[in-house]
Amino acid sequence: MMNRLSYILILGICLLITCSQLQAAERFPPPEFENHVLPETTVPAPHQDIYEYIDVAVLFAALCLASYLVLKKRNRRYIFALMIFSLIYFGFWRKGCVCSIGALQNVALSLFDSNYAIPIGVLLFFLLPLIFTLFFGRMFCAAVCPLGAIQDVFLLKPIPVPRWLENALRLFAYVYLAVAILFAITGSAFIICRYDPFISLFRLSGSLNMLVLGGCVLLIGVFIGRPYCRFICPYGVILRQLSRVSRQQVTITPDDCIKCRLCEDACPFGAITRPTHQWPQTDYSMNKKRLAFFIVLLPVLVLLCGWAGNALSGSASRVHVTVRLAERIYAEDAGDVKDTTDASLAFRATGKPVKELYSEADVIREKFALDGCLLGAFLGLVIGIKLIGSTIQWHREDYQADRAGCVACGRCFQYCPREHDRLKKLNEHSK
Amino acid sequence: MAENKDYINRRRFMKNSFCGTFAAGIGGIAAVLLAKASKADTVWQIDPYKCVACGNCATYCVLEESAVKCVHAYAMCGYCNICTGYLEPTATNVDTGAENELCPTGAIKRSFIEDPYYEYTIDEELCIGCGKCVKGCVAFGNGSLFLQVRHDRCLNCNECSIAAACPSGAYVRVPADKPYILKGADHS
Repeated sequence: MMNRLSYILILGICLLITCSQLQAAERFPPPEFENHVLPETTVPAPHQDIYEYIDVAVLFAALCLASYLVLKKRNRRYIFALMIFSLIYFGFWRKGCVCSIGALQNVALSLFDSNYAIPIGVLLFFLLPLIFTLFFGRMFCAAVCPLGAIQDVFLLKPIPVPRWLENALRLFAYVYLAVAILFAITGSAFIICRYDPFISLFRLSGSLNMLVLGGCVLLIGVFIGRPYCRFICPYGVILRQLSRVSRQQVTITPDDCIKCRLCEDACPFGAITRPTHQWPQTDYSMNKKRLAFFIVLLPVLVLLCGWAGNALSGSASRVHVTVRLAERIYAEDAGDVKDTTDASLAFRATGKPVKELYSEADVIREKFALDGCLLGAFLGLVIGIKLIGSTIQWHREDYQADRAGCVACGRCFQYCPREHDRLKKLNEHSK
Repeated sequence: MAENKDYINRRRFMKNSFCGTFAAGIGGIAAVLLAKASKADTVWQIDPYKCVACGNCATYCVLEESAVKCVHAYAMCGYCNICTGYLEPTATNVDTGAENELCPTGAIKRSFIEDPYYEYTIDEELCIGCGKCVKGCVAFGNGSLFLQVRHDRCLNCNECSIAAACPSGAYVRVPADKPYILKGADHS
């Protein structure tokens, strides 16, 4: 490590000397003043690393507090207060960067690119919510994520989304996750950061398009609970799966359910599942046939989506700047286009052989073809498993919070009559 | 939910094994990445030897006023009277008249030092990082004017929007303890 560092340093110094010698063939030799002192070039320092560790500490504390409030205190008001704090701290104060959702891309890039060393703060931002989810459920979504918080604040008039539509729309989050990973590991772009709908609002600056997009998502969010979290968030996809097997889970009430369905009406995210009743014999045998069909369909879907991913990877690779440049240079050299761009002029000024650029672009295209195929297959697998899941009925006697979909917002605690009863008894007991 | 906590049924066994698998997965990722994670953070910076002064820095930054500003390596400057980084190519007079200045915001201050030398300093409050002066200076002068990300302003976004729009790949991540790439740094 030390060796490599010193090597880079020596190389850098050599480079600087050669460059300065190039520059030393100065057109106008710098004058040597007797009485005049040359001003220094100012170099304002970046923010200290310490802020990053404070962020991690606040994240950890907020996750602990959220878990306590959701699982022990069971009070929507406190959860909401913590949510507002997170919105102000992580959103408006720290300007929404770095966030756990975006950190996903840094982790993916770091796993596949040996040259990219992920900053430890970013890594912790990715890992901490996952660990908490594995133990306690989606506590990060509940009151820590600023993106979830801003949508929760704007949720005023929730209307229910039909179950089939919700399931279908959720597929988009998987596609988004796959595409984001594809672009991250090929070093093309961090699209989660680029198309973060709320970051412009947190910073109160940015391009008009992104501000309008953020406004639109919030406007939809007035009627449909947390649209970004449910249908778009790629990190939420991971949290959902971890939450399914978490050690502890959100319960609507620790008491017995009286099946009043008030909680189902209260939940704006469609995350409360109804008690199931025995399927009639005809339904049962039909579902058995469907199950068999979907199991046979699964490998077909995987292959088909893998093939589609491979087929689309060609156009996806154009997101990478090197591929785009190579295509531009090729078009210019072939005479297909007459004008030049800043990028093509800059490339020609470097004097780098065109062949080298083409071979670099080919390597990236191959990477895209392989990764596109794999991620397409992953999407096929997801669709197949979702179809298989639709034919299986889990036995439930009570109204329950759906382990995957519940973001632990705490609204159902407020509505459950058994919970009111329980709290009243607790209060009397303590008096 | 009056099930015995210790009783292991098929579903609970499945759940526990999935939970263990996920935990192992997270642990694995953490171990692999912690081994190569860097303690020091990195920040965005422009490599001035690659920069082509296209002007994207002025417009693509997420900040209302770009974090990129022009800086001056004084030791490299020729202190010319007729400065191609300061004057319009079509300037009629060599003076501080606004019609003669190349800088759209008049951010470059010209002051007389001694005959025939003039010093050019940049008022960062006014500079918008468009790089017009850089282009002029590199084309016909010593190239002592160049663009740098100013870290008192930069938000250090995970994906820098200027970097994504840079035509010459001049944006690089540099270690936070060495956050600038200054031209002619070996002179001083």
